[in-house]
Amino acid sequence: MFRWSINRFCAGEEKRVGTRTVFVGHRPVSETDAYVEQKFCDNRIVSSKYTVWNFLPKNLFEQFRRIANFYFLIIFLVQVIVDTPTSPVTSGLPLFFVIIVTAIKQGYEDWLRHRADKEVNKSSVFIVENAKQVKKHSEKIKVGDIVEVKADETFPCDLIFLASSNDDGICYVTTASLDGESNFKTHYAVRDTTELRTDDDIDSLTAAIECEQPQPDLYKFVGRINIYRSNQETVARSLGPENLLLKGSTLKNTKKIYGVAVYTGMETKMALNYQGKSQKRSAVEKSINAFLIVYLCILVSKATVCTTLKYIWQSNPFNDEPWYNQKTIKERDTFKILRMFTDFLSFMVLFNFIIPVSMYVTVEMQKFLGSFFIAWDKEMYDEEIKEGALVNTSDLNEELGQVEYVFTDKTGTLTENSMKFIECCIDGHKYKEGISEVDGFSHTDGPLKYYGKAEKCREELFLRALCLCHTVQIKEGDNVDGLIVNQERSTYIASSPDEIALVKGAKKYGFTFLGHEAGCMKVQNQKNEIEKYQLLHVLNFDPVRRRMSVIVKTSTGKFLLFCKGADSSVFPRVQQDEIQQTKVHVERNAMDGYRTLCVAFKELTQEDYKKMDEQLNEAKMALQDREEKMARIFDVIETDMHLIGATAVEDRLQEHAAETIEALQTAGMKVWVLTGDKMETAKSTCYASRLFQTNTELLELTTKTMGDSDRKEDRLHELLLEYHKKLLQDFPKNSGKLKRSWTVSQEYGLIIDGSTLSLIFNPSQDSSSSNYKSIFLQICLKCTAVLCCRMAPLQKAQIVRMVKNTKGNPITLSIGDGANDVSMILEAHVGIGIKGKEGRQAARNSDYAVPRFKHLRKLLLAHGHLYYVRIAHLVQYFFYKNLCFILPQFLYQFFCGFSQQPLYDAAYLTMYNICFTSLPILAYSLLEQHINIETLTSDPRLYMKISDNAMLQWKPFLYWTFLGAFEGLVFFYGVYFLFQNSTLEDNGKVFGNWTFGTIVFTVLVFTVTLKLALDTRFWTWMNHFVIWGSLAFYVFFSFFWGGIIWPFLKQQRMYFVFAHMVTSVSTWLAIVLLIFISLFPEILLVVFKNAKRKNHQKKLSSRKESDSLSSRPSVRSSRPLLLRTFSDESNV
Amino acid sequence: MAVNYNAKEEADGHPSGVGVPGGAGKSRKPDNTAFKQQRLPAWQPILTAGTVLPAFFIIGLIFIPIGIGIFVTSNNIREYEIDYTGTDSSSPCNKCLNVSWNSTPPCTCTINFTLDQPFETNVFMYYGLSNFYQNHRRYVKSRDDSQLNGDNNSLLHPSKECEPYSMSENKPIAPCGAIANSMFNDTLELFRIDNETRTPITLNKKGIAWWTDKNVKFRNPSGNTNNLTALFQGTTKPVNWPKPVYMLDSETDNNGFINEDFIVWMRTAALPTFRKLYRLIERKNNLQPTLQAGKYSLDITYNYPVHSFDGRKRMILSTISWMGGKNPFLGIAYITVGSICFFLGVVLLVIHHKYGNRNTSADIPN
Repeated sequence: MFRWSINRFCAGEEKRVGTRTVFVGHRPVSETDAYVEQKFCDNRIVSSKYTVWNFLPKNLFEQFRRIANFYFLIIFLVQVIVDTPTSPVTSGLPLFFVIIVTAIKQGYEDWLRHRADKEVNKSSVFIVENAKQVKKHSEKIKVGDIVEVKADETFPCDLIFLASSNDDGICYVTTASLDGESNFKTHYAVRDTTELRTDDDIDSLTAAIECEQPQPDLYKFVGRINIYRSNQETVARSLGPENLLLKGSTLKNTKKIYGVAVYTGMETKMALNYQGKSQKRSAVEKSINAFLIVYLCILVSKATVCTTLKYIWQSNPFNDEPWYNQKTIKERDTFKILRMFTDFLSFMVLFNFIIPVSMYVTVEMQKFLGSFFIAWDKEMYDEEIKEGALVNTSDLNEELGQVEYVFTDKTGTLTENSMKFIECCIDGHKYKEGISEVDGFSHTDGPLKYYGKAEKCREELFLRALCLCHTVQIKEGDNVDGLIVNQERSTYIASSPDEIALVKGAKKYGFTFLGHEAGCMKVQNQKNEIEKYQLLHVLNFDPVRRRMSVIVKTSTGKFLLFCKGADSSVFPRVQQDEIQQTKVHVERNAMDGYRTLCVAFKELTQEDYKKMDEQLNEAKMALQDREEKMARIFDVIETDMHLIGATAVEDRLQEHAAETIEALQTAGMKVWVLTGDKMETAKSTCYASRLFQTNTELLELTTKTMGDSDRKEDRLHELLLEYHKKLLQDFPKNSGKLKRSWTVSQEYGLIIDGSTLSLIFNPSQDSSSSNYKSIFLQICLKCTAVLCCRMAPLQKAQIVRMVKNTKGNPITLSIGDGANDVSMILEAHVGIGIKGKEGRQAARNSDYAVPRFKHLRKLLLAHGHLYYVRIAHLVQYFFYKNLCFILPQFLYQFFCGFSQQPLYDAAYLTMYNICFTSLPILAYSLLEQHINIETLTSDPRLYMKISDNAMLQWKPFLYWTFLGAFEGLVFFYGVYFLFQNSTLEDNGKVFGNWTFGTIVFTVLVFTVTLKLALDTRFWTWMNHFVIWGSLAFYVFFSFFWGGIIWPFLKQQRMYFVFAHMVTSVSTWLAIVLLIFISLFPEILLVVFKNAKRKNHQKKLSSRKESDSLSSRPSVRSSRPLLLRTFSDESNV
Repeated sequence: MAVNYNAKEEADGHPSGVGVPGGAGKSRKPDNTAFKQQRLPAWQPILTAGTVLPAFFIIGLIFIPIGIGIFVTSNNIREYEIDYTGTDSSSPCNKCLNVSWNSTPPCTCTINFTLDQPFETNVFMYYGLSNFYQNHRRYVKSRDDSQLNGDNNSLLHPSKECEPYSMSENKPIAPCGAIANSMFNDTLELFRIDNETRTPITLNKKGIAWWTDKNVKFRNPSGNTNNLTALFQGTTKPVNWPKPVYMLDSETDNNGFINEDFIVWMRTAALPTFRKLYRLIERKNNLQPTLQAGKYSLDITYNYPVHSFDGRKRMILSTISWMGGKNPFLGIAYITVGSICFFLGVVLLVIHHKYGNRNTSADIPN
């Protein structure tokens, strides 16, 4: 104990040093020791960020940590403190609005979290207190409480396993929600407490547990339990991770267990492991930030220019302080430097509208509201699971339009993951269901079609093996009538669908598994007799061994071991002479894309079994290295078996999977398949899903091509170099430029497996390893399709990360359905979950979840494309409209002695972004369809048009900036020349400076709105409503604002200014003219573009026609040609 | 507004719980409404050469006549301008150049001029100032609109914005602020010289300010007396003014804050060179032009110093058309834009025609 704690100290890494002592059931261990209540946190899970009390300060603090908000706050404070041209309200109001909206949104989200927390915290648990069960809320569990958990319940906190309903003190749990492993894990109770199987017994236990302070490592736990008995010596037992039941895992196959709570609430390992999903930022956001910096530079330079010119201009004393406009004493007394600084700040404030606060709100709102369209899409609704798409984050909508790499899982994603028993082979004889008699099969072997026939006894042995060697359970239906026959189809449950398929397959051949009964497995054989087998041991499946076994005792007293597993793990363990005939079948089946398993058996003698039984039990009870010991024993047991046969299970390709992959590839995306499955199966799936085409040249980097020798690594390097050379020859030097255009006639596919990959990533020899890694990467990037098989979950993520970090940082998308895909889903820029059969892990951790793989097509090609175009336009438009908003104000400084006189009234300054111009762009960014959804979905090539963030590159940005600058110049100088004679009314009266500003502003609002109208390709009634409504609102507001003497205003600047402006014919003429001049270049450009596009489409359609004329098979070969012309045209 | 929109969308029935963790009813089948499926009926205009080219022609055809109309109108406006600053040593007003605003007796000068053409319609007399920054921020804000609106409290407690022109001799200034303080105070009188006799021309000083300013925005302080002197009790005149605000004019409806010269001055100009309406010369009868061609003289009481800031003072006589004063810009701009439109229409038509033809015939990309 001491040494242990010293070790702890010396290790020095642990933050929480020391141990905690837990008294089981809060009972003091001895009378002499005073029972000191230790203070532990309660079992409340708090995932919420705020409480009612700290919401305001904490939320405000969080919000102002964002650089943009902070900037606006600073501007606001400057306005409050320094004498600035605009009142603090002008920037305070929008900021206030933004802050409030965000706070409401975050408050709502936090309320949801509170609700979810409450659901967890208020769930009821049973605690044993004074030999009685007390029902309590989960949050009330205290450290030291004895908790009872029943089958299929999740553990409410981290428990030390004391006793289970099983005699041997074993329970099975699945940690699927913790680490994604869905297989059952065995946990062991403390040996001395296993008998305490009732409430009374467990209440009699007096024990103290000493254990380390909570730490996040799921697989590490050290502690010991001291059990005190009144008449015996104290027993001390060490505790390890196998004694610890973690919160979040689920009890399986065990009726109930008792455990004592050691870590509760936020100290449980799950809570310590919980990290919110890391924030994914989209490429658009990065572009926005880059543009922001440009505008910030513009802003600062404008302010600097103005300040400098101001002081140059003021160097003339009669300009600085003419007799009619004298400074106050305070102004005169201020230091010049300070005055200059203040002036600079004032200019900043005056021009700060160039960086729009409202853009953030609008972008957020667009993303939030826009994401509803994905969930609402009925084409992504699946009738079978009765669910549509799910949006977990709205931040990445536009990223869907930018995907360059698609990483897809195979099982359950490309395929259905609904396994169907196809055929089997027994002793090399193939058994396949008769095609002509599909619906006629029954419990007899009649309708089966035999290709030769194995001995009857071998047949039966094989089928028995299928019926016994599994962990399938039968779930009784809810209705009590107990007729299993009624529910026989749907009631098999197992952790993997393969097992169900096999059991069902056996049933077709006449052997039906009827379930467990008192430790026996019941099997109905072909003669409708019920055979009983005593289940002695289950050697569970694990991914390392890739096989599982059962040991049963027949009614005749024979001991049998049945084993099934992957061919690679079974073949070495059976009689070598039996392999050959089966191997042929297995390989052929694998080629056909079936999942194959080999079945073997072994008869054990009584003595053998006894020995094994002892060893197994010993290993199970082992305190140290239990897993390793078990594995070693399994290894010994599963040898010298006899191969009986093999099974083939089909995993059907999902509907439209092939078309979807083809579309994605046509859209310029590279599709990689990452699967845990074996190479042959995966390869055939890839062919079936048209990832590889017949003319695709495959480059293989697998254990097969490596060979088994020790020179693996050298061989690998040779291969890498060879492939690299080959690819380089084929790809011309300029291929980088035409990155996505299919200029190559020869397509390459790469196949690599997990072990080879780890060789590349973790080479034994350090020298030149990184070099090979980069060569590998280059090979990968040049192949049109890559298949990675035999991947561990982490390797999947590794691959994604590797691609993600290559030059150019391509946008990656991962799609998968199982817990093993979670890591890659989290790693990729966009993670997509399939709401499949392997649970909800993937869907929950994804950014978007869709029911089927085929929905990816619409999600990317239509939704992604539209969202990207919408948001890109939104961003550009926002910068543009604020540039031409502020530029006249900047120019006006040259005519007002650089005095920071605002051109527009404060109300206009404030309302411009909030009211007058915000709604049309929001409506546009929600509803725009510049190309029909149908066209987008059916023509994947359109996706390439927006690749590489095309609409937010510097070129379009410059275009918009120039447009904004041009319009700003037109607005200002147009009105300036008009005001050369400020007599614009027919009664000779003159207009002042506020009329000047109002005319500019009117032209501005109309131009900016009409510019959007010009860009709108999809005019729904909403667009009409907001565009014309905004303009009408502006006019109405201006009349209203100028129509009243506002008591709260210091100056009535706008009083009747707008009304007088409207009465002047010249003003009208000028406004119309200036709007037209401003929009003129845009109209011209649109016309030219449309002419070009029409031209383009004409060419395309003519191509298409000729394409469709040619026969179907040649389409594939003609495609590169077709696409070449396409890319050539786009360069015109 | 934006929030309203949001609410509207929610009213459309979104609460299917999407995007919201833990939301209820996830499994609901999406509604098949046009809005949710993004299939709202929509007008999908495409600006093509076919639609835009005629538009160019039409716009050109509309703009050119409008431009010509404006141009002609503008050219028909008679305008006569005299710079009487007196910077030129030969100018009669040269002696007054360095006058200060409080010099007594006031400096006067007379400038003779000849109108070559008669001014047929009503004539508007303006004074113009150059290099005078009425739009300087410190200047623009230096006023108290509630004082000018007749608020008695503000009358005695002028706004801080008026500094340093809010108090004088410990009394509040009415009207306060730099704008009021620097009110233009030259007196301009116009005489027609006919055979050596000077006939004064009636200058109408009412109707030069905006109606709303005169009647609503500017008001004298209220009280139970009509005597402005009493109403302005406790205030003092702006520093530069020779006399207090209640002695600006003899007529009560043009005195105090509602003096039209004052109101006109208080509407700050947009640019440093500006003109402001000074007087109206109404046409007496239909037989004679308002101002016949001939000799005139302008008598100036030169009070307003502009030389110190390099400013200029002008007197402008102008007739007015439906489009206001003389301004060639609009007409020229319209003609130019119209012509460009028309020209581009032609050019584009030709290009489009050729382009289109080549396009249909030559399908093969180069």
